[in-house]
Amino acid sequence: MTNANLFEYLLRLADDRLVLGHRNSEWCGHGPILEEDIATANIALDLLGQAQLLLKLAGETEGQGRDEDALAYWRDESQFRNLQLVELPKGDFAFTVARQFLFSAWNQGFLEALTQSKHEDLAGIAGKALKENRYHLRHSAEWLIRFGDGTDESHRRAQTALDELWPWTGEFSSEDQVDRALLAEGIAPALTPLRPPFEAMVRDITARATLTVPDRPMRMTGGRTGRHTEYLGHMLAEMQIVARSHPGAVW
Amino acid sequence: MSDQWPLWEVFTQPPGGKPHEHAGSVHAPDAEIALQNARDVYTRRGEAVSIWVVPSATIVASAPTDAGPFFDPGNDKPYRHPQFYKVPRGVKVF
Amino acid sequence: MPPEDPAKNKEFEARLDRGETIEPKDWMPEKYRKQLIRMMSQHAHSEVVGMLPEGNWITRAPSLRRKISLLAKVQDEGGHGLYIYCGTETLGVDRAELIDLLLAGTAKYSSIFNYPTLSWADMGVIGWFVDGAAIVNQTALAKASYGPYARAMVRICKEENFHKRQGYELCATLAKGTPAQQKMVQDSVNRWWWPSLMMFGPSDKDSPNNADLMRWRVKQKGNDELRQRYVNLTVPQAEALGVTLPDPALRHDKESGNWEFGEIDWTEFKQVISGNGPCNRERLAARNEAHAAGAWVRDAAAAYAEKHARREQVA
Repeated sequence: MTNANLFEYLLRLADDRLVLGHRNSEWCGHGPILEEDIATANIALDLLGQAQLLLKLAGETEGQGRDEDALAYWRDESQFRNLQLVELPKGDFAFTVARQFLFSAWNQGFLEALTQSKHEDLAGIAGKALKENRYHLRHSAEWLIRFGDGTDESHRRAQTALDELWPWTGEFSSEDQVDRALLAEGIAPALTPLRPPFEAMVRDITARATLTVPDRPMRMTGGRTGRHTEYLGHMLAEMQIVARSHPGAVW
Repeated sequence: MSDQWPLWEVFTQPPGGKPHEHAGSVHAPDAEIALQNARDVYTRRGEAVSIWVVPSATIVASAPTDAGPFFDPGNDKPYRHPQFYKVPRGVKVF
Repeated sequence: MPPEDPAKNKEFEARLDRGETIEPKDWMPEKYRKQLIRMMSQHAHSEVVGMLPEGNWITRAPSLRRKISLLAKVQDEGGHGLYIYCGTETLGVDRAELIDLLLAGTAKYSSIFNYPTLSWADMGVIGWFVDGAAIVNQTALAKASYGPYARAMVRICKEENFHKRQGYELCATLAKGTPAQQKMVQDSVNRWWWPSLMMFGPSDKDSPNNADLMRWRVKQKGNDELRQRYVNLTVPQAEALGVTLPDPALRHDKESGNWEFGEIDWTEFKQVISGNGPCNRERLAARNEAHAAGAWVRDAAAAYAEKHARREQVA
């Protein structure tokens, strides 16, 4: 029983990073300026690296011989456990930056709490990810501020992005029996207490950006149990096509 | 409104207490972004423990025509170098 | 423009003969400056446009390790473009000007990037052939007389070695893989071999700029010599993989030690460098789109910086 819950949990964290890393990587070669192309690729590489570690650990936890590639390339979308927020198409650069900011702001508190996990390997990964996340947060927050307090156009784009993204953040802190079971074992942190500091950080940065946090209800979610938006299927079709076209091949 | 960002010179300090070295340059609109860009462009391979970014326009440099008067006098004063001084064989100076 | 002082020119050439490095504030003939701007900016454009053919496969990379490696490689290429643009700017030209010339289709970039990437195997073959050719070229340029260019080349060469190894390893994996993978890599080799030879440019006798560039120690070796070096390195590598290079005329000459090769199709080369290759239009369109879509971002950052500079002054 323990292994099944932990496996689910690890997939959630891993899939968040695999999907978000993939979305960020779509900018490579198409960024607004060369320096930012390089920076966004760095963030994508960090996230993909974290996903790799988490998927490897998930496979070992499951104990059925699936490695990180088997999990990344041979699961269908209903088996993916990422937040819906991260699978949304990359949009314009304001959307990408705002989404990264919200994800990193949440993860700053979450990863810090996760470093206290009784599961040594998971705590270790959390420590490494926390350092990387600190930089992602700094980068995306500074850019969100520049968009909000830049030109009329950048302000409009940033506000539009925030309006669209905010309702997807409810999923960050929704807990289910997987979270509760692992909390009881000291492996996972409680999510609800992380919400107020997250919202405080968001309000602080959006205020500095002269933006407003929209007053909109949270969306119905389901990513954590395999209910996704229509976007994920297309993304996975592209991501998995070469691997799936050659069953058994080594790359 | 020009969207051309000014140029900054980047200096990175390798580990081990060594001095900062010129690594290259980046374009950035302000100091914070310059620092981040420098980090992303010039330190991906663990080359640095510290970064300085300086607006290129503020760098004051010696002119090539100064080279003679500035540097030649420093090149012909061997008494500033340890090798100039002879010590009897076998004596440990340090 | 007033004619240049012949004494200054003589001293400049003497400096080059002494093996001295020319730095940004040194006196230089206007022609030297212009040739360097042309050569360096072309090189920078190549790196940036070069992100596109490989960038095309990042989202489809078939393993996490390959995905990460490819993304890091393409990112490096962007970085290389950046180093060289910054080096070019020391000659008194703005990056924005250079980019405008690229986007307008006026400035050239390496012919190789006008070919499409049609299979995953191309990711290996590009690393092996294209980066391999670039290494041969860039190692020679690391001793260029212009300081900023030479220093950029040294930095780039260090990073480039990972690119070629990554590519070759990928090809090796395919070459000993499934029949479909073996077919994939052979097909890729068939498409990229001849274009990679064209990367070294026309034969020396047909290269108008070469004489000056060699005299000024910007280029150390001629196109033909570099191309031959690349062929000599690559043929044994192909043999080790068990792939066939698509040149029936390839023959080892015992005396010179060179691998003699067949005639390059210079008509194809001319088509490609004059804008009529397989995807010149698509490459330029992609760069134009990114630049246009990025305008508001660049404007926003500049606006913010200005606002805050003013605020600091007021306070």
